[in-house]
Amino acid sequence: MSFDIIIIGAGPAGMSAAITASDSGAKVLLLDDQPTPGGQIYRAIEAAGDKQANILGPDYMAGKPLAEKMRALNIEYVSDASVWQVTDEREVGYSTGGQARLVTAPAVILATGAMERPFPIKGWTLPGVMMAGAAQTMLKTSGLAAEGAIFAGCGPLLYLVAHQYLQAGVTISAIVDTTAKANRIPALSHLPGALKRWDLLLKGQKWQSEIRKSGTRIIDDVSALRVLGETKAEGLSVNTAGAWLDIKSEHVFLHQGVVPNVNLSFAAGLDHSWDERQLCWRPDTDTWCGASIDGIFVAGDGGGIGGGLAARAEGEIAALGALGKLGLIDTTTRDARAKSARATLSRELCIRPFLDTWFRPSDSFRVPIDDDAIICRCEELSLKDIRDTIEIGLVGPNQLKSFCRAGMGPCQGRFCGLTVQELIAKQTKRTAADVGYYRLRPPIKPLRLEELANLQIDDDT
Amino acid sequence: MTTPKQSDEDKRTADVIVIGGGIHGCSAALHLVRRGVSVIVLEKDYVGRHASGVNAGGVRRLGRDLAEVPLAQASYEYWRDMPALVDDDCGYRATRYLKVARSESDMDAARQRVAELNARGFTHEDVIDQKTLRGFLPAAASHCVGALHVDGDGSALPFQTTQAFKRRAQKLGVVFHEETPVLDIQRRAGNWRVDTPIGAFEAPTVVNAAGAWGGVLAAKLGDDVPLKAHAPMLAITARMPPFATAVVGALSGALSFKQFENGTVLIGGGVRGRAFPDTNRTALDMKGMSQFLSTARDIFPIMKRANIVRTWAGIEGYTPDNLPIISAGREAGIVHAFGFSAHGFQLAPGVGEFVADLATGATPKLSLDAFNVSRFQQLGPA
Repeated sequence: MSFDIIIIGAGPAGMSAAITASDSGAKVLLLDDQPTPGGQIYRAIEAAGDKQANILGPDYMAGKPLAEKMRALNIEYVSDASVWQVTDEREVGYSTGGQARLVTAPAVILATGAMERPFPIKGWTLPGVMMAGAAQTMLKTSGLAAEGAIFAGCGPLLYLVAHQYLQAGVTISAIVDTTAKANRIPALSHLPGALKRWDLLLKGQKWQSEIRKSGTRIIDDVSALRVLGETKAEGLSVNTAGAWLDIKSEHVFLHQGVVPNVNLSFAAGLDHSWDERQLCWRPDTDTWCGASIDGIFVAGDGGGIGGGLAARAEGEIAALGALGKLGLIDTTTRDARAKSARATLSRELCIRPFLDTWFRPSDSFRVPIDDDAIICRCEELSLKDIRDTIEIGLVGPNQLKSFCRAGMGPCQGRFCGLTVQELIAKQTKRTAADVGYYRLRPPIKPLRLEELANLQIDDDT
Repeated sequence: MTTPKQSDEDKRTADVIVIGGGIHGCSAALHLVRRGVSVIVLEKDYVGRHASGVNAGGVRRLGRDLAEVPLAQASYEYWRDMPALVDDDCGYRATRYLKVARSESDMDAARQRVAELNARGFTHEDVIDQKTLRGFLPAAASHCVGALHVDGDGSALPFQTTQAFKRRAQKLGVVFHEETPVLDIQRRAGNWRVDTPIGAFEAPTVVNAAGAWGGVLAAKLGDDVPLKAHAPMLAITARMPPFATAVVGALSGALSFKQFENGTVLIGGGVRGRAFPDTNRTALDMKGMSQFLSTARDIFPIMKRANIVRTWAGIEGYTPDNLPIISAGREAGIVHAFGFSAHGFQLAPGVGEFVADLATGATPKLSLDAFNVSRFQQLGPA
């Protein structure tokens, strides 16, 4: 079977791109690594009923009609599909049901979404420590929630998930808010722009006040964190207002914002730039979400953090860009149809400078301060291990990787890439942009040798 | 990147300028400085960035072209005691290297090979039978009937090794300029003048150890070599239970296979991706890679369960006969050492000695005739 457009990721951006493209008659292949559509934000949306609506709220439920429409259209949607490569010739390699396949199309839209920023403090790799997004996944997929957990970090998602936990009737031991007070003044200069989404700001206020009203302990003015415990998490040690305070809990949820998941876009060879405000890499794109390689588009949080509604708008814009490029719609139609999505996008993005600045994670939480804090989880390399390697003169992420294997494990740098880059920058007094990132290679997800070895025979393109 | 000391950075002249900070450039620099010769190394990226730093790390005499065997033997003498040469063990593990036979015709080829070597006085390779093979490699499939074998060959960590040569050379006084590409080179009153973005360097002798970029440089110096850049590919797995201590190849079907101490398995085997030397980029060919992955699975059934976590390729220069160029150039004061065609890693400690001989007017203790740059002249450019 041949396709006009291959879309990778069935979250808000991917579903919306698929719908837009299919509506215009394009043959669409939508690949997603999850069992059901939705991405992180609308995870398990198809199964959601009244109970979920109460706990997870209307923003979550807004994904339901999107998934229904995607299902209703003639879209080749493949779930449980692990995409492990996209080449510069738009050849997509993916595996499903133990079978690896290669398929090529004239347009490919990457909608791979965001991932949580690493939170490399001492003990963050212990069992019982999770990223807050994973805690939210549990709530969405199985209704499970851990009693008496500690939520630590900063950013809207931390308060959103904590609020969802309270809605589910689960108690929280403490919220440890690491938002730096020093962020406030620079953030305030972005407030006028953000006021266009005053409703979102109010929503954040509402979560916070409801959390306070619930009597949940909130600790702020935090300068350092350590997870307690030797073999599993037993609590969190918090340096607040200059003194250490120990809080007991078997569950510690960490969060300090999300960053674009760029492993696939880097491995595809797209050009990227460092975004100093969002402290992350993002693929370079034009006004139609077109990337530096002809025919490849990037939509949604994978191209820069904008949130669910921005992702939906970008999915539409990218699909229109692809349709225009393939000659499936004329440019006048394309431009006219993009108008409302562009309006949504600009409204959604106006609040980002304020949020990014207000919730900018502090230096001491992006680069660990404790020598024995693990940076590279796959190879179990600590701050000291990495710093020692930098000190012998290996001052690039790829030299470091070749020398001490940091970033070479199965996660392909997802847990250590940004930390290693910022550590090198700090140590050598350069900018993070100048230091650069790991060279990423396919497969971007572990792939069974058996599948790859059989690729030639089973190739159906 | 190395930042030379202020006094070194100012140094614009030396006895020898080495172009290329791969393992051959670093080895030549080290051997030269050990003889009291002053050396400047110019590297366009960082030391070990390309094939030298990202190869499979095989330290292998096994199966080499007969012309290369003496070089490999000479290098082996250095490998046996790397700390003495570079003050670092380079991750070198001497185990055994096997080329597995999967048919009687493989076994015949192995016996013929050993006979040819013995006739030339080399006795390091031997043929082992199925029982011995199973003793060395219990995980090998039952259709593996024997192997060509060398006791004492093994593997090292290529980036660590290249860096060790650099650090040792640097410690003895060699000046390295990384991120310093050569823009132009020309004869200037008995010296070679090498222009770079940070200024000109001069020396009476220049060593071309520019790897896949060596052909372009050689052409500028009047030596035409039809060198081609390719990107041999490698894949590495997630950790597996230990099952292979030897480094393994195949007599029919290209394969380079070894399991590290941490359990991960490295698999390569001659299949090439696309190389773009002008931009340092390589593109992988997953279909091509399936060839050596199937060979690995055929020899080790346990590999069916392996998970590939990463693949990569380095940019390497290949000559038409797959033998390197180790040779004085047509012009005086030029020495070439490049085009190792994806099997130069093991050779580097020894070849550095011979390159130092050529650069200082000494006579190498081995004949380098098979590696002369003039052998391609009738072929013309690629």
